[in-house]
Amino acid sequence: MPILVIAEHDNQMLKTATLNAVTAAACLGDDIHVLVAGSQCAKVAEQAASVARVTRVRVADAAHYAHALAENLTALIVKIAADYSHVLAPATTTGKNVMPRVAALLDVAQISEIVAVESADTFVRPIYAGNVLATVRSAERIKVVTIRTTAFAAAAAQGGAAAVEALEPTAEVPASRFVNQQLTRSERPELTSAQRVISGGRGMGSSENFALLDDIADKLGAAVGASRAAVDAGFVPNDYQVGQTGKVIAPQLYIAVGISGAIQHLAGMKDSKVIVAINKDEEAPIFQVADYWIVGDLFKVLPELSCELDKLQQG
Amino acid sequence: MKVLVPVKRVVDANVRVRMKADGSTVDIANVKLSMNPFDEISVEEAVRLKEAGVASEVVVVSCGAQTCQETLRTAMATGAERGILVDTDVELQPLAVAKLLRALVDKEQPQLVIVGKQAIDDDSNQVGQMLAALLGWPQATFASKVIVEGGKAAVTREIDGGLETIEVDLPAVITVDLRLNTPRYATLPNIMKAKKKPIAIVTPDALGVDVAPRLATVKLAEPAKREAGIRVADAAELVARLKNVAHAI
Repeated sequence: MPILVIAEHDNQMLKTATLNAVTAAACLGDDIHVLVAGSQCAKVAEQAASVARVTRVRVADAAHYAHALAENLTALIVKIAADYSHVLAPATTTGKNVMPRVAALLDVAQISEIVAVESADTFVRPIYAGNVLATVRSAERIKVVTIRTTAFAAAAAQGGAAAVEALEPTAEVPASRFVNQQLTRSERPELTSAQRVISGGRGMGSSENFALLDDIADKLGAAVGASRAAVDAGFVPNDYQVGQTGKVIAPQLYIAVGISGAIQHLAGMKDSKVIVAINKDEEAPIFQVADYWIVGDLFKVLPELSCELDKLQQG
Repeated sequence: MKVLVPVKRVVDANVRVRMKADGSTVDIANVKLSMNPFDEISVEEAVRLKEAGVASEVVVVSCGAQTCQETLRTAMATGAERGILVDTDVELQPLAVAKLLRALVDKEQPQLVIVGKQAIDDDSNQVGQMLAALLGWPQATFASKVIVEGGKAAVTREIDGGLETIEVDLPAVITVDLRLNTPRYATLPNIMKAKKKPIAIVTPDALGVDVAPRLATVKLAEPAKREAGIRVADAAELVARLKNVAHAI
């Protein structure tokens, strides 16, 4: 049976997280379908059709799919789920919102945020903030799975030539309505897919001081993140949060500044390739996962780091 | 309007969980257990709705062993009126919990269920959404702001790109995120009062729910440890190492 991947998009662009889910799907089988539910989303369907390994794209285009409301999306997925052995979505806030609703209506267990596929029915997922990896087997007739995007490389966006097929939209569920969005705008790379990330914690002291991180981020082409403490303190918006219940990321380089390293923060970044920590507290737990660390005052170290990066660029 | 709040007893957020030395299972025999931090936030939100005159009663539910009564008492010490324990020693998976809660919603007829978005032990993030599905109710997940008015809830949600506001008709399920509120501490007089509040005990059988696990755990293991790092003296040394040794810049 084919495998269904739920596309994540904004009606214009297919999001990279979908490409990670396609790679996970490819660990399960060769016949990979992508569902694009949206409003005036033909462009997204085209992009999905050109993703390597995708064999078919199914498109449901209706106004009530515009904002991926769980009730509407679920009705559609449940309608076609019987055609599939697996239904996959990236474990983004959209996937996490929708997929358990799908699973419950199908009366099957969901397997959340897998980091590896052992076989068609056996998956590895982190529990206890990533301190334990559980291998779980599902005997359900349809496996509903969300995937941790950092654990699966993105499939090539080009190279595929899947057939595109229109689906009849399901009826609108009126009990839930989109009101508005306040999206954080940034010229920098997106946190979840950035190759380099610099994050600040409570030690940054204020919203203004994050400018010190912005400066270094610009020099490195990095995204800026934060610990929960910095978000709770109002230094930066919620979507900066890296951690167990925020964003889980695994960039090539992660620089933690003024972050002590609570269990919940480590859960969100400890799979990064190279970890750097800057903290004035010699005992900070973040140092236990760091490859390189500096014990010192970040207000002294950051300007020096900025200066060193300039020197490097000037060669 | 009645509000139902499910609460889970979990390993405390400050405990770093490890495997037993023989690698057989997770060692939680002697660690501190607390209310799931997200559930503290849902209890607080429900109690605030009651204090604002929007909710009339806050009922808390916990599913699990008898010791979950302690978690119910904690919730009642911060303002919930009464508790329900679904008493079972079976390992409960999210779908089973959602089915137990649906059975209780059928009995209790709340207009709102407020639940933590995720339990910090199994990190599933499923129960609220599953419950909404089983009830045929709308859902508003990852809430950072809730306004209940005129049979509707306007809920601001924390999403990957920022914030989103949706409106759902009641009855509905809301799952809460970290920044919805700051839970209060229980005062000693309220802890004493909570001891006298009623806890009803029911069983999955009595609720007609099959709670047998659907997923089998094949193996538990600790993730590979990172290699020990090194302390560097200053920014110059850091940049040199990142460039020449780690090839990360």
